[in-house]
Amino acid sequence: MLEIRELYASIGEKEILRGVNLTVKPGEVHAIMGPNGSGKSTLSSVIAGREEYQVTSGDVLWDGKSILELAPEERAHLGLFLGFQYPVEIPGVSVSNFVKTALNAVRAARGEEALDASSMLKKMREALQLLEMDKGFLSRSLNEGFSGGEKKRNEIFQMAMLEPRLAILDETDSGLDIDALRIVAQGVNGLRSAKASFVVITHYQRLLDYIIPDVVHVLLNGRIVKVGDKSLAYALEERGYDWIKKEVE
Amino acid sequence: MSQDELLQEVTATDYKYGFYSDIETDRMDAGLSEDVIRRISAKKMEPQWMTEWRLEAYRIWLEMDEPDWANVNYQKVDFQAISYYAAPVKKQITSLDEVDPELLKTFEKLGISLNEQKRLSGVAMDIIVDSVSVATTFKKTLAEKGVIFCSMSEAIQEHPELVKKYLGTVIPRTDNYYAALNSAVFTDGSFCYIPKGVRCPMELSTYFRINEANTGQFERTLIVADEGSFVSYLEGCTAPQRDENQLHAAVVELVALDHAEIKYSTVQNWYPGDAEGKGGVYNFVTKRGICEAYAKISWTQVETGSAVTWKYPSCILKGDYSIGEFYSVALTNHHQQADTGTKMIHLGRNTKSTIISKGISAGQSHNSYRGLVRMGPRAENARNFSQCDSLLMGDRCGAHTFPYIEVKNSTARTEHEATTSKIGEDQIFYCQQRGLNMEAAIALIINGYAKEVLNQLPMEFAVEAQKLLAISLEGSVG
Repeated sequence: MLEIRELYASIGEKEILRGVNLTVKPGEVHAIMGPNGSGKSTLSSVIAGREEYQVTSGDVLWDGKSILELAPEERAHLGLFLGFQYPVEIPGVSVSNFVKTALNAVRAARGEEALDASSMLKKMREALQLLEMDKGFLSRSLNEGFSGGEKKRNEIFQMAMLEPRLAILDETDSGLDIDALRIVAQGVNGLRSAKASFVVITHYQRLLDYIIPDVVHVLLNGRIVKVGDKSLAYALEERGYDWIKKEVE
Repeated sequence: MSQDELLQEVTATDYKYGFYSDIETDRMDAGLSEDVIRRISAKKMEPQWMTEWRLEAYRIWLEMDEPDWANVNYQKVDFQAISYYAAPVKKQITSLDEVDPELLKTFEKLGISLNEQKRLSGVAMDIIVDSVSVATTFKKTLAEKGVIFCSMSEAIQEHPELVKKYLGTVIPRTDNYYAALNSAVFTDGSFCYIPKGVRCPMELSTYFRINEANTGQFERTLIVADEGSFVSYLEGCTAPQRDENQLHAAVVELVALDHAEIKYSTVQNWYPGDAEGKGGVYNFVTKRGICEAYAKISWTQVETGSAVTWKYPSCILKGDYSIGEFYSVALTNHHQQADTGTKMIHLGRNTKSTIISKGISAGQSHNSYRGLVRMGPRAENARNFSQCDSLLMGDRCGAHTFPYIEVKNSTARTEHEATTSKIGEDQIFYCQQRGLNMEAAIALIINGYAKEVLNQLPMEFAVEAQKLLAISLEGSVG
């Protein structure tokens, strides 16, 4: 469903992605690992359509069609979700209002009617349950004064509400303690299905203990230099990235 | 669409209320003199004391200088080029059937159908076009409770004792340049009296519109809430789109007697001028209320219009345990300039005031908060809390804060908090990623920012105000 072909992208004068290839099929979970500065966050931003990044060549296909010309919201309407590494605060906008507005915007774009209040509430309750969050959470200002763990849970909560076809989770595990990590993973696993795909971007293998990936990619200097299964993640944990760097050279 | 394109598109968007209605108008030639004032007074068949009151104000005004301390720049007004009286012809309206159909069309375009208003919202309305009041709805229902809600002209005729007793007591003619001018030339406005112990059964509302070119609008509003009464009042304002500047110099006086409460809300959307800063309304307004013991006055304003705004709705907390509140969202875009805020004058003991001000600046506009909190020597245990937030959009606008605090009683306490923030591209991208387009994202963020103030508005007006904020800002991020 997602196919990235020879993707080159830069910010300003700086080239960050240098020919990325990646194919994600429905129902698959892919992990992308790599050291700091390897281009992981750039890759997720480019897929989501962030304007600061220029795609200089290559393509990103969704169901076989290029999405590079689409606005970020149009990509969201297709069913793309990005779990942010640093979720922003929007003071005065409650979690429930935000999620409701977002879900109805997506539905409207697909020609569906807005969800009625009771169905919306029911859906929110289910999502909260999945993430072991209490109801008070809904009336809080979006991400304002949230702990790191709450912010990340809120991302997964939104994902559960929006039911994307492809979710990219950008370092969702960073800054989480072991309990929060378990809950976040539980949220993701609860949403796994034959139709939903995931791209999990992470530094560490530990998240992958909970979310078992089908494929592990190593991103280095803007290129995917190694592809393997779960065991590759263990190898990285044990030996770091240097041996791959050497291998590539 | 890129942000630049969107900006383009939106700056090209017309001001929605910029139409002009071809209504037969009785207007005086431009110019100001004692003779003109006498003629205004005569046209309105005013009693002698009123004419004299005006003339005295005019003489005071002649001795005064136009204030220049506000943080705004504009071409000074030529007071001799303005017509001080313009009225849709066909007065003496007793029912809606007698209203000029063009005028009714105007109201429809403004989204106000008088009948709708009557039926749905239970809001009593007074409508002022140019200089005079053209329709006051719901009079009967109010009369049953003893509430007087009529045009100022009518009040001068029908209730001279009340007008005489209160007019100019909160804002004397000597108060400032524009208040003096208004006192001399005001042509209409709303008058409202709530008797002792009465809770006004509906929202009272006045809709102001400037229609004619080269006229000034000088309305005068006086609200008196007698002991233990309550009233909620809302005013809305629009004007046609014109290349020249129009002057609006209103005076609003509120009197809240012991244990009374007045809630005064404004949604101000005068024509702001075009994207290059041409035209627009000069909004030089004096608003002030006085609170007797245990009384409360609450000002809520959503200011999105006008080329230049100079306005400080204030409270004199005279009585012990009285309360003053000021909730404001002031939005400026393009070349608009706003210098607005409040004054909380604590005279009585245990008086309390709250100031929540939210400025939003976009384009090349300048937005200033100017506020005074004064604790007088008798103001034992007086309390004030002020919060002034500024939100900037883009890098060509300015936000300024001028808080003045004077404390003459050692038991009084004031708190002042201020923040400045920017709508981040991060916030917009976050919303877009969740499926909102850029306009929806900005609207959501702005309404969240202004929520504390919008929450103070009556429900249906809060919805209007939210839309207005979104419309006024579309595409101004870039």
